[in-house]
Amino acid sequence: MTSALVVDAALILLVLGLALWITAARAAYGAAVGFVAYGLLLTLVWVRLAAVDVAMTEAALGSGLTGLLLLGAAARLAPYEAAEHQRRPGLGLRVLVGILCAAIAAGLAAVVLLLPDPAPSQALAVAAHLPATGLGNPVTGVLMAYRAVDTLLESVVLVPALIGVWSLSTEMSWGGRPGFLTPCRSGSALPLLARMLPPFGILVGIHLVWAGADDPGGKFQGAAVLAAMWILVMVAGLREPPPVSDRLMRFLLVVGPLCFIGIGAAGIRLAGAFLAYPEAYAKPLIIAIEVGLTISVTAVLGLLLAGPPVPEPQYQRQSRRRS
Amino acid sequence: MSGTTLFGLCAAALVGLGLYGLICQPGALRKILAFNLIGSGVFLLFGVIAQRGGGVLALAGTGADGDPVPQALVITGLVVAFAATAIAVTLLVRLAETSARGTLEGDEPAPPAPAGERRP
Amino acid sequence: MSLALDLFTIVAVTLGAIFFLAGTVGLLRFPDTLTRLHALTKADNLGLGLVVLGLLPQATAPLGWIGLIAVWLLALLSGATVGQLLAEAVRPPEWDQTRTPDAPPDVHPNAPEASSHD
Repeated sequence: MTSALVVDAALILLVLGLALWITAARAAYGAAVGFVAYGLLLTLVWVRLAAVDVAMTEAALGSGLTGLLLLGAAARLAPYEAAEHQRRPGLGLRVLVGILCAAIAAGLAAVVLLLPDPAPSQALAVAAHLPATGLGNPVTGVLMAYRAVDTLLESVVLVPALIGVWSLSTEMSWGGRPGFLTPCRSGSALPLLARMLPPFGILVGIHLVWAGADDPGGKFQGAAVLAAMWILVMVAGLREPPPVSDRLMRFLLVVGPLCFIGIGAAGIRLAGAFLAYPEAYAKPLIIAIEVGLTISVTAVLGLLLAGPPVPEPQYQRQSRRRS
Repeated sequence: MSGTTLFGLCAAALVGLGLYGLICQPGALRKILAFNLIGSGVFLLFGVIAQRGGGVLALAGTGADGDPVPQALVITGLVVAFAATAIAVTLLVRLAETSARGTLEGDEPAPPAPAGERRP
Repeated sequence: MSLALDLFTIVAVTLGAIFFLAGTVGLLRFPDTLTRLHALTKADNLGLGLVVLGLLPQATAPLGWIGLIAVWLLALLSGATVGQLLAEAVRPPEWDQTRTPDAPPDVHPNAPEASSHD
């Protein structure tokens, strides 16, 4: 047994233990806290699987922002939790479901053990054509050049998600400010953090986007860090979230996907296919798309966490009540 | 049995555990948590396939990383899963605010709205 | 030389792990939130500092060193802030009451002076 195998086995035991905790914890808040720790352990698992880009995305989005979302929801739903426990299914049904889920897990495990050897792979094809794009990171090459349609659709789908979140407000609050991130005005520790951390956070975020061309990184990871800094500033009460009718904010939300679609459409004329880049201009065009997408994805991620709008008097009441 | 295979078995276990939580837990927020467990298990399976595909690169001498195509798919999946979780959570919070419960049964009459709240 | 550096790394990282263990024992065994916070923040900051110190010989100078120390400083900053926020959330309300200056003393005049709450 090599030491790497011991480390992997220990990681897997911790991950499974936390997954059991998330499933079996009594309170939703405890399960949400366990989920944040689970995400961090999964980050280590991704590093062990030699996927550092995915590890960064999991830490930023899967553990950080999703954890924030779930913690806020658990706090809001706490009054209704007692009634939930009375509605648990009986022991017999739970045992039956447990057996069936174990059967599904066993089927997946059999698939894992019977995977073909040698493994089919696209890695050589990616590496062969990567120099033409001017990028050094093969994952960024796949995201921006080979499977650019996937990235385009992914960045486009974030906007309807945000519209869906906004549409869950009452009719009279349309146009107000988002109400989930009410500022916490007690004490001075959080405003101090919100003044000290964002300069470094913004630097780290922009570096992640720029370094994603040649090293692990990229725009989703950088945008998640930038969004986290914005959310920190909003929660500390230093800045208010923009009202949903704000035109500049709406423009920033769509500038990334529009840039992407525009360059893609120009590719039909200049390089023969949608989202094909002309030979000599591949790197500058990719950088232009990345800059636009960073701005848009940052705005969308921050606003997805800010929630649906509330009427202005209710927003002021919520802010005052927290002080 | 290499570390990669162990991670694949862990992914299968996570999917089973998440599925159990999705079916058996009454609260909708716990179901969303369990759904995220299933999602992370599926992404881990992709990661295992990516790691196995990376051996080709090591043979060719251009590095020891995994196959980048499944990794890029997982990154896309993580972002879309976050957006879906955000909508689901907001929907659930709104449901709880208007009907005063956190579960999904539909045959209970909604309690009268507290004084001062407009019905949407 | 590299053997001495590796030995230093092992010793420092092990000491850091012992501090993390101490902090976890404090989390599990201390009676209430404030004492648990004390154990966690003190032990984890020093533990992480020792781990970072142990990893410095293994990193490339100077950018690797700056990165490692930046990680430690950021963990210090966020740990301190979270500790403050948690402590503020759980402080008992009677701590906010201060004694009025002309209240009668409730100890013997010759007894040592009682310490006042913050």
